[in-house]
Amino acid sequence: MNRSAPVLEVSLSGTLGAFTLDLGFTTPAAGITALFGPSGAGKSTVLRCIAGLSRQAGGRVIFSGERWLDGDVFVPAYRRPIGYVFQDAGLFAHLTVAENLRFGLKRAAAARPVIGFDDVVERLSLEALLQRSPDGLSGGERQRVAIGRALLVQPRLLLVDEPLSAVDLPARDTIVTLIETLCRDLVIPAIYVTHDLAEMTRLANHLVLIDAGKLVAAGPLDRVLTDLSLPLATQAEAGVVLDGVVEAIDHQFGLTHYRAGGALLMAPSRGLTVGSRCRLRVLASDVSLCHEPPQGTTILNVLPGVILSADSFDGMQTTILLQLGHADEGVRLLARVTRKSWEGLGFAPGQKVHALVKGVSLLHGLAAG
Amino acid sequence: MAGIIMTTVELAAVTSAILLLIATPLGWWLARSRHWLAEVVGAIALLPLVLPPTVLGFYLLIALGPEGPLALLLGFFGLHTLAFTFSGLVVGSVIYSLPFALQPIRARFEAIGQRPLDAAASLRASPLDAFCSVVVPLARPALLSAALLTFAHTVGEFGVVLMIGGSIPGRTQVLSTSIFEAIEAGDTHTAQQLAAGMLLFSLLAILGIRLLDRRFSRLPV
Repeated sequence: MNRSAPVLEVSLSGTLGAFTLDLGFTTPAAGITALFGPSGAGKSTVLRCIAGLSRQAGGRVIFSGERWLDGDVFVPAYRRPIGYVFQDAGLFAHLTVAENLRFGLKRAAAARPVIGFDDVVERLSLEALLQRSPDGLSGGERQRVAIGRALLVQPRLLLVDEPLSAVDLPARDTIVTLIETLCRDLVIPAIYVTHDLAEMTRLANHLVLIDAGKLVAAGPLDRVLTDLSLPLATQAEAGVVLDGVVEAIDHQFGLTHYRAGGALLMAPSRGLTVGSRCRLRVLASDVSLCHEPPQGTTILNVLPGVILSADSFDGMQTTILLQLGHADEGVRLLARVTRKSWEGLGFAPGQKVHALVKGVSLLHGLAAG
Repeated sequence: MAGIIMTTVELAAVTSAILLLIATPLGWWLARSRHWLAEVVGAIALLPLVLPPTVLGFYLLIALGPEGPLALLLGFFGLHTLAFTFSGLVVGSVIYSLPFALQPIRARFEAIGQRPLDAAASLRASPLDAFCSVVVPLARPALLSAALLTFAHTVGEFGVVLMIGGSIPGRTQVLSTSIFEAIEAGDTHTAQQLAAGMLLFSLLAILGIRLLDRRFSRLPV
């Protein structure tokens, strides 16, 4: 299977209450696609249409060659090989946790087993909850059960609708990590609806941006994040994510050395081992530019690169797209400087510069393997 | 006396059973349909609440009688008339108690909402499977309380059973009508006993329904 080939083809149109839905996109056969946009953009509606829970929009939904929606063809939700994690978990109140988990397992088509009951219980730490009623569970516990229940139906596509809205802060990280590792290990493509930039940058491999029922942009995460023509690039939180590995650990200063494509970055952090895979985030506002390598700077990460393009906005600021290392290794950064600096210091596309990276945040690290 | 109680209990039990079978799908449809027809049917189903029992009984008597519009249909089943028969009482009671079975069931179905159905569909449950394995269990307290309410209400009905049944001893005489007849015959002692028994029964029935509601009022998460 070609992991980047589209597996899901969606094109929907229809009037739904207050707004008109009219968009189309494809998602790859592997990884997590974030369906990202402001509240009320129609994200959940799109997800419901993909699932077959809503028939309000017409168009096409084709999964792996199977026509789920196409003209008069409509495959009802219960015949689509999906798993669905609802915003509010949607557990059955009249069943125990174990019975909730088995509800889908009993009805699953056994053609392609994804995961077994015991495995779900272990990986989602559900052992202690099995005999309990959903009533007494916390938001985080409920979502863990909901994820397990959705996986036990042995889906070929996982649909996740803002699963963190009813989960308290400390538990959110656990939920996100679980979704991430389970989708990767079980090789199930997922579509994850969120309006939260931090959640999106942490999880997504692929991004579909929508607003007011229309498509804004779609593509691999790094491509969309570094597209200066999109409104994302002008936001205060504009930045890039870099997927890399831990190359070395400097125990003397507590610094971790990360390699992402052609770039080597250092940042203080603990708990990772050499070989761990990780995702880093570098905000545009944490990156400055210099013509010459600076002397005596406190900034650890000074990386040579080339200016690819730039976009000045609101009359005051400029966002700059940089290529680090060789073009084929494809590490790109965004830098945010004042328009005064951009114009005053004579920077221009094609020019060689040095990027000063003040901040690198570790979005997540996963053990080697 | 034992015969009268038997007739009463049998009538109430049969009515409750039939009404559960009618009110469950009807309540489901009324709770979920946005069709204007659902509003009309919903209103008609509530009519027995406000209609004088004598009016209802009068129309039923005509409809079920030998000259009634249903005579042809009845003839098909080899029956001449349902007026003044136990079956006629059942038909009358089913119609008269319909709102009492329908209301709790419909309200519960509305409270359950769409989410459990969506969840069931995403877990490969067909609509019928979802109805049986999710909706009915979630609505069980409402079904119980509908059955109890119907039973109690049927035991307590008077006008309709008198109109349709005629209080024929051994066939259509039930407790409520026998109180009336005891008083007419000047038998205050029997009337008093029956009335006290009915009061106690009604109180227990209402208490039972309240307890059911308290015990099961939690909504699905």
